[in-house]
Amino acid sequence: MSALQTVIDGAKAEGRAALIAYLPVGYPDVDSSIAAMVAAVEGGADVVEVGVPYSDPGMDGPVIQEAVEVAVSAGVGMPDVLRAVAAVSAAGAVPVVMSYWNPIERYGVDRFADDLAAAGGAGAITPDLIPDEAAAWLSASERTGLDRVFLVAPSSTDTRLAATIASCRGFVYAASTMGVTGSRATVGDAAERLVDRSREVSGDLPVCVGLGVSTGDQAAEVAGFADGVIVGSAYVRQLLDGHGAEGVRVLSEELAAGVRRARVGA
Amino acid sequence: MTALHPAAPDARDLTARPEWPDATGHFGPYGGRFVPEALIAALDELSAAYEAMRVDPEFITEFARLQRDYTGRPNPVTEVPKFAEHCGGARVLLKREDLNHTGSHKINNVLGQALLTKRIGKTRVIAETGAGQHGVATATAAALMGLSCTVYMGEEDTRRQALNVARMRLLGAEVIPVTTGSRTLKDAINEAFRDWVTNVETTNYVFGTVAGPHPFPAMVRDFQRVIGDEARAQVLEREGRLPDVVLACVGGGSNAIGIFTAFVPDADVRLIGLEAGGDGVETGRHASSITGGDPGVLHGARSYLLQDANGQTIESHSISAGLDYPGVGPEHAYLHDMGRAEYRPITDSEAMEAFALLCRTEGIIPAIESAHALAGAMKVGQELGPDALLLVNLSGRGDKDVETASAWFALGEQGAPTDSDARAVEAGRGADPGPGLDEDQHATDGAVANHEAVAGQDAGEQA
Repeated sequence: MSALQTVIDGAKAEGRAALIAYLPVGYPDVDSSIAAMVAAVEGGADVVEVGVPYSDPGMDGPVIQEAVEVAVSAGVGMPDVLRAVAAVSAAGAVPVVMSYWNPIERYGVDRFADDLAAAGGAGAITPDLIPDEAAAWLSASERTGLDRVFLVAPSSTDTRLAATIASCRGFVYAASTMGVTGSRATVGDAAERLVDRSREVSGDLPVCVGLGVSTGDQAAEVAGFADGVIVGSAYVRQLLDGHGAEGVRVLSEELAAGVRRARVGA
Repeated sequence: MTALHPAAPDARDLTARPEWPDATGHFGPYGGRFVPEALIAALDELSAAYEAMRVDPEFITEFARLQRDYTGRPNPVTEVPKFAEHCGGARVLLKREDLNHTGSHKINNVLGQALLTKRIGKTRVIAETGAGQHGVATATAAALMGLSCTVYMGEEDTRRQALNVARMRLLGAEVIPVTTGSRTLKDAINEAFRDWVTNVETTNYVFGTVAGPHPFPAMVRDFQRVIGDEARAQVLEREGRLPDVVLACVGGGSNAIGIFTAFVPDADVRLIGLEAGGDGVETGRHASSITGGDPGVLHGARSYLLQDANGQTIESHSISAGLDYPGVGPEHAYLHDMGRAEYRPITDSEAMEAFALLCRTEGIIPAIESAHALAGAMKVGQELGPDALLLVNLSGRGDKDVETASAWFALGEQGAPTDSDARAVEAGRGADPGPGLDEDQHATDGAVANHEAVAGQDAGEQA
């Protein structure tokens, strides 16, 4: 059984959505970023997306770019990422790596799968890898039993939605809006429509929503229709603003309360 | 060699393409689509619309009309005998893309993509630009066809190429300086992709080179192959034979693919791409993705790129903004691996020597990008000797580079160099201009010497 699906199904059994926190390794430095991830778990995150820094994060908005640039300049790489994975696992949450494709390809796809499994990672989310190009990763994840999370988008056709979801294990990442990562005032109807469309073909695979969620109220709203709520930029914002691990913990508590709240007025 | 090839240019089907890429955009192991799912629908739409358009007689007629009446095609092939004296006596022919409207080969591609934009009913185009040539070409096509236009340009490049920023703004485009990462072309591409994924319903991304996700490498090649199709016929017509070597500079690689494609089936014609060697590949400060890089994924495709052990893109270095890119189109990677094309680095100094040489010997100011191909011709000509016939793609003109050259050669007011191009100042201000600069300043025979000349404001008085 997939580690990610197990924890998300567990949340569902409690009548709530799972909280998935993204933080990049290496901002402001490797140890502090790991401390922030642990704080996110202590505040209530069920899953931590352990972000691999990348020089050309084409899907990320300015907040994540700013943090990641620091980590890239400092030479943060896969060994640091694996250390963070082990720390998150030890803190009691499920770690999943979030990486653009080139750092994984450069490290070696099979080596990555072996080392990630050994570190206690559940699998990987690959925002710029579509299943069509993923032959090496599909076979490596199959061999090692790792989860593989691909993205679906509002613009995905029904055919692509079905094919992509069929390649996913762990959960389906529904990128709620057309755009890059970052906080938005509203999450919008597109997210709910995408989740509904995904559910038609996802069977019992959980569908989690990312892009644009930053507050407890938004988390509550998304929790009303999705199995998991993914929050990234808002966590990173805590670090950029100098609130450190404590700021991350407080935000996690707010979001964790959000995913436990029934959706109001919707 | 002559007997192997039909002399008539229309003897081959100009819409025929190489057997690559495959249906999903792969050139062997290279190419493909490494982009967020959100863009796949747009890329699929673009692929389908393009495949329908490229064989549509109405499009073919309209594209041909624009190339003739607007761009000024066909442009000539010019023999440059005095320049060739510095190329081991080999004969050198230049394909004059510098004479196109907007000053480079970039217009070939944007007219095609602008027509495609209208065909799919979008009203806004975005583009990335390095030297500014693709941005200017896109702004031009947008003005011509009534599209709104936004151009992303690295902040570093907006300083190096201030003239082109002004040109784009004159043409009605919005120019957005990009301040992330290394603030050059690669970051402009990231920013353009972010814009596209956000505004894809109204916006088409007019990609400037043969890189990026499928269908861009194949589509841009198809729009640029006119360079080689024309040049092959022109050389055959005037020489009765094919060139021994075809040379072109390679950044992303669109002008090189443009001139190579027609010659790829001609096994006896050597194809040589000249990459930007910056301070020298061995220094690590260069933009030679094939010579000095490894296979990996960048900007939506697998190809060679400059990267470190963690898979982070390494910042490239070149005096030429248009070649200052850490990646290269996937078809070049494929041509390299199969041994059909060779790739060599040309340093900043070598390129600037060739730049000055062409100015002085032939009265043609080349783009610094194209000067890399000229420097390649100087080397290859010396290797091959007097019987060789070299065809060089002069991909652009150098008006935009006058400031950089001025700083490099210290041509400005003595003791008062501008600091507008820090790299040129730092690397080579006052550099020996090489054999191109005639220190003795011999007057042309029969010319009026400076002290005998009539000043412009007085000219009418003595006529």
